[in-house]
Amino acid sequence: MISANLSAIFYLVSGVLFILALRGLSSPETSRQGNFFGMFGMIIAVTVTFLSIGNFSSGFVFVLIFILFGGSIGAFIAYKIPMTAMPELVAGFHSLVGLAAVFVAISAFLNPVAFNLGSPGDIKLGSLIEMSIGAAVGAITFSGSVIAFLKLQGIMSGSPITFKGQHPLNAIILVSIIVLIYLLCSTQSSNLFWILLIFSFVIGFLLIIPIGGADMPVVISMLNSYSGWAAAGIGFTLENTALIITGALVGSSGAILSYIMCKGMNRSFFNVILGGFGATEDALSKSTKEQRPVKSGNADDAAFLMKNASSVIIVPGYGMAVAQAQHALREMVDTLKKNDIKVSYAIHPVAGRMPGHMNVLLAEANVPYDEVFELEEINNDFANADVAFVIGANDVTNPVAKTDPQSPIYGMPVLDVEKCKSVLFVKRSLSPGYAGIDNDLFYKENTLMLFADAKKMTEDITKNL
Amino acid sequence: MEIDPLIFRLSIFILSIFVGYYVVWSVTPSLHTPLMSVTNAISSVIIVGAIIAGLSGGSQSIFNTSSIFGFLAIALAAINIFGGFLVTQRMLAMYKKKKKEK
Repeated sequence: MISANLSAIFYLVSGVLFILALRGLSSPETSRQGNFFGMFGMIIAVTVTFLSIGNFSSGFVFVLIFILFGGSIGAFIAYKIPMTAMPELVAGFHSLVGLAAVFVAISAFLNPVAFNLGSPGDIKLGSLIEMSIGAAVGAITFSGSVIAFLKLQGIMSGSPITFKGQHPLNAIILVSIIVLIYLLCSTQSSNLFWILLIFSFVIGFLLIIPIGGADMPVVISMLNSYSGWAAAGIGFTLENTALIITGALVGSSGAILSYIMCKGMNRSFFNVILGGFGATEDALSKSTKEQRPVKSGNADDAAFLMKNASSVIIVPGYGMAVAQAQHALREMVDTLKKNDIKVSYAIHPVAGRMPGHMNVLLAEANVPYDEVFELEEINNDFANADVAFVIGANDVTNPVAKTDPQSPIYGMPVLDVEKCKSVLFVKRSLSPGYAGIDNDLFYKENTLMLFADAKKMTEDITKNL
Repeated sequence: MEIDPLIFRLSIFILSIFVGYYVVWSVTPSLHTPLMSVTNAISSVIIVGAIIAGLSGGSQSIFNTSSIFGFLAIALAAINIFGGFLVTQRMLAMYKKKKKEK
């Protein structure tokens, strides 16, 4: 048994190690070391908790069994998961953090003596407030992440699900959650605690169902943030510094990521949260019915264009992830490089389904990270490049965002693909992208459409090079 | 008059938000996915609370309603800790620089 002060110091140490873990991510070179700091911090926190409880009753064995049980599942998933499924995995993990927070809060509510928070029915007011906020946010994180997971996995349709009176209903539930927390704190009634949890689960579900697939980067970041706030709430209840520091770190990290993602789409956070593009933009679809001529080509034409280029910029998008085309793409690029063609990659902030999604896939395919550029770094280079190879991206290249104030994506930062001498656009059909609007790029004089599956097309081009 | 310990914790909380703010802005955008998976792993430090909950029954009643929730939370948090750190490790191992000979 170690003293409360000593364990508090150790918790502080593990909190600092977690800060260093995030700090390491400022560059790929330091990131691996950072991850070890994180693991080390976790080991310290767990060990200190055991030591501070001290009495190694038979329950201790069960704790180890459950850690090993959960740990082996986690390790198994971590090694088996394909990189393309990373968004689903992160959403799934968020749901577990949320649910764990709820369980800890339930346990503390049922047995406050063990946590030194008072007795059942007479829990210290401050602790009860912290606990109920932690539990509510945890429950929202859980059900919200489950929906995000189902949408990303394709089990649930990625299109927004909306119904009449959705916003008023959400508002009513949110207000009742606040009222319930107030009532719970003044009456200490356990029934109210369960109702609070149910309401929170329901609102998490309702908040996420109207949000469409391509807005998932914002949703995942937001849920990341929520899981942090839930942990911080529980940290206050347990008076645990490691949890408070971590909760605050994760909370602000998720909030910043959501901000970056919203900026990448030029939309306000509330605009994203209050419902998808698909629900509001039906007025625009009628103007896109007219047929315009497009030039389409085959792998041979594409190979010819690229062989004669001196620089090529590749613009990957979600379609590349769906088609698992990253390895085929890398092989194509290797062949291009053998012909002394300069190749770089341009990544839009919201390409894919989560922040940094494309970077991970390219890294998986052994693309060196110093060939991969962010939007601001590379946008001026399009004018000097010979060929832009757009693979699985759409809305993020649409010049309409710069020219047409009527367009729903007007003002969104886009990659200046149209400035290239020629554009190769790999796509399965002419269908509009997620925003439901036509891409002017398809009809440009210098655009060649390659209608095929991204992976197959890339392989065919490599053969023809 | 003594200061309520809650105020101390609140100070830590607020300052950590600021630390988080600056640290996360310095994260390179290409590592945003590992950032999410590692924050996910570290927020599972909630296992600390789960362990206290799991052991709350003492040696007389290892399994009571409260401790069962604790044990479940331990398993969930452990999935996240191992899964989160290991998948981050796996991702970070893939980020390589251009080979020198070229």
